[in-house]
Amino acid sequence: MKCDLCNKPAVVHEVTITGGAKKEVHLCLEHAHAAGIAIPGQQPINKVLSKFVIGKKEGAGEGHRRCGGCGCTFGQIKQTNLIGCPECYRAFEEPLSQLIEQSQFGNSEHVGRIPRKMHTPSHNEIRARKLMRELDAAVTAEQYERAAELRDRLNELTTNVEHENDTPEGNEGS
Amino acid sequence: MTDEARMPEPPIDADDRDVVLSSRVRLARNLSGQPFLNRATETQCAHIVRTTQHVLMNSSVSEKIIWIDLDEINAHDRSLLVERHLISRNLAESSLHRGVAISGDERLSVMVNEEDHLRIQVLRSGSNIESAFQQVRATDIQFEQQLDFAFSDRWGYLAVCPTNVGTGIRFSIMVHLPGLRITNELGKVRRAAKELHLAVRGYYGEGSESSGNIFQISNQVTLGSTEEDLRDIFTERIVPALLDYERSSRQVLLKRNPTLLDDRVHRALNILRSARLLKVEEAMKLISRVRLGVCLERLDVPLQQLDDLFIQIQPAHLRQHVNCALDAEEELEIRATLVREVLKGVN
Repeated sequence: MKCDLCNKPAVVHEVTITGGAKKEVHLCLEHAHAAGIAIPGQQPINKVLSKFVIGKKEGAGEGHRRCGGCGCTFGQIKQTNLIGCPECYRAFEEPLSQLIEQSQFGNSEHVGRIPRKMHTPSHNEIRARKLMRELDAAVTAEQYERAAELRDRLNELTTNVEHENDTPEGNEGS
Repeated sequence: MTDEARMPEPPIDADDRDVVLSSRVRLARNLSGQPFLNRATETQCAHIVRTTQHVLMNSSVSEKIIWIDLDEINAHDRSLLVERHLISRNLAESSLHRGVAISGDERLSVMVNEEDHLRIQVLRSGSNIESAFQQVRATDIQFEQQLDFAFSDRWGYLAVCPTNVGTGIRFSIMVHLPGLRITNELGKVRRAAKELHLAVRGYYGEGSESSGNIFQISNQVTLGSTEEDLRDIFTERIVPALLDYERSSRQVLLKRNPTLLDDRVHRALNILRSARLLKVEEAMKLISRVRLGVCLERLDVPLQQLDDLFIQIQPAHLRQHVNCALDAEEELEIRATLVREVLKGVN
């Protein structure tokens, strides 16, 4: 079939039915572009990409980016469920958080032992972390009274932690 | 490895030994600044072995510590270590540079270049998680003075597999569950374990099948709780519930049909005492039945003797026993002879 406007072969065939009346348009590539009709498979690249990015934003981006420490990609991690090096945890922090939560049955934060060479959290800091988790759970469960109570306790504790860290006997640098 | 090097035998009435053969606590640790093993080059693997070997051998975690270069010893010796649960099958079969440090009493072993750079594990007979936990903690503290472990505030101790991140701690018990097997309750145990986020594995841990109704039960969650909380859940809730369940099943067997039970356990003992050829699986199954009879006071055999037999009848230990290579038929014969000797004086 030829283009309605020239002798070139038609590649776009548009059929519209308005008020029972059928209207057919057959256009070649050039005339279809000129008419602003999008051709499947030949859409402007930015349109295709923007759709791709929206749908696959994290997966596609992270899947190809490489860790500066070992050179592995998040795609490889996801495929094998094995992480490449300690640096990967920083490089792919957000996508990894989902993988880790899945493996750890929803748990997402370390509250256990810390190497002695590193900063040792005070009792209040550990308590504050725990309250934070309880607060998150209360909000998720829409238990707003409990959430308010936890928030107040957390505020009080946070003030104490800041005070602890300001004192010369604090744990800084230990 | 000599027989003298084996762990001193605990008393028969040690904690919950009617069900729990042994307890284990292990930590996964990795060196900071080094790729994990799936991305490490041969040179980097060798470097990890050298660095950790030096620290392990110069530590005071045990009065005596033995280093075994697993690249250097033969497959038979590696199998011996697997059969004693001192290294994993995974480590024995790996092609990477690797090694293991073992304390003189064989309670502590530190596997280097297993799945993680270090796997620190402490074993105890019977139900002794707390004692194993204390030793593994002390060992960890000592190692970290000289080794920088990969750690992040958010994720804790970093591991190659997300299932080990956080505390990197795994509590496990090796349990004998013939009651639950015979009463067909194991399916329920597996389902309950899944709901409680516990792994149920076989005699040699990950990837192995159960043998002699022996299972390894361990926690799967390593993140989001302190080591102490994980320990408490395991020892105060999981272990007692499992023990109660197995003991109740044994009582059901006893009450339902004591003659059938007696037939089962005496028949097993007599086959063991008269067989001339024994496959390892058959022997494990029969020893399991005899063990059940002993725990229900239907037979009088020292429990420790049976628990030792579970290990002695394994292929590498048999070869060690006769000090020569065995073909398939010889192995069956030597196993049967050994079992007959051990159970000779038993009534």
